Amino acid sequence: MINMNESILINLALVILFLPVIGFIVALFLAKKVKKIFLFENFVIILAFICSVALLYLKLTYFQSKDIVSEFQWIDFGNVPLFGKLSVELGILLDNISVIMLFAVALISMLVHLFSIEYMSGDKRYNRYFAYLGIFTFSMNGIVLTHNFLMMYIFWELVGLSSYLLIGFWYEKKSASDAAKKAFIVNRIGDIGMFSGILMLFTTYHTFTSDKIFYQISQGALPFNSEFWLTVTGLLLFCGAIGKSAQFPLHVWLPDAMEGPTPVSALIHAATMVAAGVFFITRIFTMLTGDALFVIAVIGALSAFIPATIALTQNDIKKVLAYSTISQLGYMILALGVGAYTFAFFHLITHAFFKACLFLGSGSVIHNMHHEQDITKMGGLRKKMPVTYTTFLISSLAISGVPLTSGFLSKDGILAGTYAFGYATGHWLFAAAGFFVAMLTAFYMFRLIILTFHGQPKDQHKFEHAHESKFVMAMPLVVLAVLSIFIFYTPNPFNPEQGWFLSKWIKAPQISVPENARYSFMKPDAAQKTEPDVNKSETAKQEIVYSETYTEALHHAHIPAMLLSLLMAASGILLSFLFYQWKKFDPDKLAERVKPLYKLSYNKWYFDEIYDAVFVAGTVGLSKSLAWFDNTIIDGIVNFTADFTRIFSKLSGKFDNIVVDGLVNFMAYLSGFIGLIFRKFQTGKVQTYVVLVIFSLVILLFLFKTF
Amino acid sequence: MQNFPILSLITFLPLIGMIAIMFIPKEQVKPIKILTLVITAVQVILAGLIVAFYNYSAGGINNPESFQFVEKFRWIEISGLSWIGKVKVDYFLGIDGLSAPMVLLTAIVTFVATLSSWNIPKSIKGYFALFLLLDTGMMGVFVALDFFLFYIFWELMLLPMYFLIGIWGGPRREYAAIKFFLYTLFGSIFILIVMIGLYFSSTETLVDGTKVFTFNMLSMMNKANFTPTGILSPFNPNNLRFIAYIALFVGFAIKIPMFPFHTWLPDAHVEAPTAISVILAGVLLKMGTYGILRVSYPIFPEITHQLAWYIALFGMINIIYGALCAMAQRDFKKLIAYSSVSHMGFVMLGMASLTTAGISGAILQMFNHGTITSMLFIIVGVIYDRAHTREIDAFGGLANQMPVYTGFVTLAFFAAIGLPGLSGFISEAFVFLGAFGVEAIRVITVISTSGILLGAGYMLWTFQRIYLGQLKDKWTELKDLSFREYAMLVPLSLIIIFLGVYPSAMLNIMNASVNTMVKFMADAQTLYSAMVRF
Repeated sequence: MINMNESILINLALVILFLPVIGFIVALFLAKKVKKIFLFENFVIILAFICSVALLYLKLTYFQSKDIVSEFQWIDFGNVPLFGKLSVELGILLDNISVIMLFAVALISMLVHLFSIEYMSGDKRYNRYFAYLGIFTFSMNGIVLTHNFLMMYIFWELVGLSSYLLIGFWYEKKSASDAAKKAFIVNRIGDIGMFSGILMLFTTYHTFTSDKIFYQISQGALPFNSEFWLTVTGLLLFCGAIGKSAQFPLHVWLPDAMEGPTPVSALIHAATMVAAGVFFITRIFTMLTGDALFVIAVIGALSAFIPATIALTQNDIKKVLAYSTISQLGYMILALGVGAYTFAFFHLITHAFFKACLFLGSGSVIHNMHHEQDITKMGGLRKKMPVTYTTFLISSLAISGVPLTSGFLSKDGILAGTYAFGYATGHWLFAAAGFFVAMLTAFYMFRLIILTFHGQPKDQHKFEHAHESKFVMAMPLVVLAVLSIFIFYTPNPFNPEQGWFLSKWIKAPQISVPENARYSFMKPDAAQKTEPDVNKSETAKQEIVYSETYTEALHHAHIPAMLLSLLMAASGILLSFLFYQWKKFDPDKLAERVKPLYKLSYNKWYFDEIYDAVFVAGTVGLSKSLAWFDNTIIDGIVNFTADFTRIFSKLSGKFDNIVVDGLVNFMAYLSGFIGLIFRKFQTGKVQTYVVLVIFSLVILLFLFKTF
Repeated sequence: MQNFPILSLITFLPLIGMIAIMFIPKEQVKPIKILTLVITAVQVILAGLIVAFYNYSAGGINNPESFQFVEKFRWIEISGLSWIGKVKVDYFLGIDGLSAPMVLLTAIVTFVATLSSWNIPKSIKGYFALFLLLDTGMMGVFVALDFFLFYIFWELMLLPMYFLIGIWGGPRREYAAIKFFLYTLFGSIFILIVMIGLYFSSTETLVDGTKVFTFNMLSMMNKANFTPTGILSPFNPNNLRFIAYIALFVGFAIKIPMFPFHTWLPDAHVEAPTAISVILAGVLLKMGTYGILRVSYPIFPEITHQLAWYIALFGMINIIYGALCAMAQRDFKKLIAYSSVSHMGFVMLGMASLTTAGISGAILQMFNHGTITSMLFIIVGVIYDRAHTREIDAFGGLANQMPVYTGFVTLAFFAAIGLPGLSGFISEAFVFLGAFGVEAIRVITVISTSGILLGAGYMLWTFQRIYLGQLKDKWTELKDLSFREYAMLVPLSLIIIFLGVYPSAMLNIMNASVNTMVKFMADAQTLYSAMVRF
């Protein structure tokens, strides 16, 4: 088996990519005719999952340190004048990151499919729901598999479409259709930036294939020959991630997206689609300059901090989880920004599992509480729903960063990264934000748990009817909760670096940008980059090299960061127990005391209100005034021209009638008049004529005589 | 196949049909309709044959040898006219990668429009006779290579269009028809003047060696064919080429329609019956941009270079202004009309780039806009036929009442928004790729990208207001699509999806010509640069 052929892997990847789209087409067109067609979609997804397990195994066994690439020509412009050969390729790249991500997507997608069988039962568009899940999975797989910017953008937008369809699935509700529209449009804002970045890359490098672009960057070819524009390009591409990963300031769509069915929130708006932004940054990490990374770190820190403060006061179970998602994604972006590439991706995967578990858990609660989402109306569900409670608790421990969980490993790594970054560059604020948010996270997660599952039920009627979910809903929770335990990632629960995940599978790529544009702690290249060869379908992976100070800092950061993060998690959990379980402090009193801060948090920092007033109202106002301008001024001129011509023609008609024709008539009249006079001379008598002739002759003679 | 007069056939088949219809008594409604449908169906088949036998490597543009399906013979010849000498007009047809997609588009859109005309309430005979006459005019514009012939076809379609809007239109049909007629005629006069000016400035060498003035467009594209003193000759130091270019451009720009000459379009669309809106948006608007690419660009390349920045600027204005105006509309049809203004802006932006990617994107956008907007107007027609109103706010929740219809709407709307996987994306993407690559219009391009955001804004907002939400009580009687409506929407949907996934099918047809055009324009820059301008 050592001659494992890479074409098998490519074909396997293509099968995984296209299976869900077959499910989509079949389920969509037969939705009305075949009642059980959703089973086909489920079958297809399970098949895709099995393939992704096979792919993961084969890739990590036989091609662990190699990338497999496959490209095909999509559009050929031939030999273009003044330009040379121009063609557009699409292609897929199988590296460790993509196969792991593909596995995670396939797994969560499958679990969500199964969960939905029960959760969505009785919905009148049941089959169509599964069709939409199918097209989402297809689009997401596309993002994960490609290394081509155009193809990335294509699937990026398709993911936006499926997100639109699923958020607005219950479109009879205005709030749902509003949320769907908002999600699509806010995402498009980011996408315009991303598209501009892609335009910049294509204009400079004449290709969409990332390998070739990165190679050229490493050879010193920069957009407009300047590092500044390389930074700008990187940040433009990052705009796409800001939109898709709901980062500040485009985070406003994600909480609203909770209008969609809860399993959708778990799959799309927690585990996979929103992670696509982070995934995309890991893909372009090698071309990001130090300046760009710094901006990314700032955005990440803000996105980790602001939503965490909002989550403290929200009462909708899904909204709390949504803000926590933004905050966790902010962590990943922050990690990438400070150069902790591996931990960012690690957190992406661990977060995908435990956040999917949390969302599905909330779905289980909502389903069994008759669509109640307000946590102030819950309570005491621990005994009624033991499986949901246990899995929810494990995931909450993971997200809070408690030892023995996967979240502890990945979050600790990120915090260590910010710590080392502070050590290496002197920017300690990122670390401060990271640790502070860790405490907030632990606090709001346990507030959620205590209010939902502990204490006394607030709504006795609903409580009585609540019961544990059926197997198809409980099983996914268990699987995801189990995956939130450390053992799948490392044998040592306190050191992720010893695990296979980080020591073998995930490696930060070599940086391509010019040396003076990098962070100072990213060392010069050990070896020259090799040119990507189109004909060769596999290349060896080249790793990043960090400076000794940084490696040392990271080493030193390990223990203090871990202790500090433990302290933060513990104090967050403790505080939340003090407030909500043991009622030592009254949260309402505290809210009263810091009223402005409370209101700021409760009203989500007024982002929606500000955006509505400035951007939405501004655009609508502009469009109204332009429509008025078009109707009144532009068309007014046209109509005026027509009216003017008409009036002018009328006047000229009058003129023609009175003056021109008048003149003609006058001439006729005049000649008539003259004729009338001269008629008198025409008497018919010869004598009179003779007299007249003689008389005229005399006058003429007299006249001529003068000359 | 290349020697078979297929272009004459595809052009004049409708005219024959029109004559045949004249002989059918007006009570015989069904034969008239069926005859028209058969003729347009045959046209689609002929267009398919043209594509099937098309030589993908022939460039066309300025080279008479590489045009395909050429038919050329002397049509009018008058000799001995004092100082003019000999007047000759050729019957000269031929297609290249620029016109082949347009011929295909015209055939498809006309066929769909015929189906859409099925329920015309009055004067069926007159309607279909005029409809077929219009068809001949449109097809002729895209295949004519002699300016005189081109102009005749150009004017030919004006007349039936005037009556089709003016007789079968909505309440304000007379206003809209006369506005359309006068506006277009106003533009045609400019084209006519420039045509005559070009005639007296360019010559063609006949077989016997004598030089005569010519209407042959391809001759006008060769600088050497201009007389030393002609008023539009580049050799004349006092030539009026710059002014002529602007006049010609205005003539074509009215048809696009380009801001600020666009206000006839919303009125014409709102009043025209659905089928005529489909033709208007699907084919007629393309004549403007086609004319610029076919006539203005290669005959006045040096001035095109001078003014390309302004073309891009007006493209940008069209994109953004059209989108913002669309957003404010309350009438569904008017909204789609303004969205056309916006989408045609992309064509102008792509053209202005003078790059392969940009011009390919522009031509592809012409084709895609033709299919997508046809679909959108049919969608408006479907709802108007049933509800007798187009007021956006009067609707809501139709998705539940008419699910299949809403499925098609979703497809068309997302195609208009430029969703990847559907054809609109490819053309917009290549327009941007081409335009961004040109430094002079880079800023314009970046600003224009906001058009894709605004497009998503007004389209999704409209979608929400009409199709999502709670169904209003008064619409519970609305029926889903009929077979005839399927027959219109399915082919268009398939084209939109097919070209979204495999755009090369269309790009390959135009590729050789686009490259020839780009090369020609680039060469012309050096060729003409030594000469006096203005």
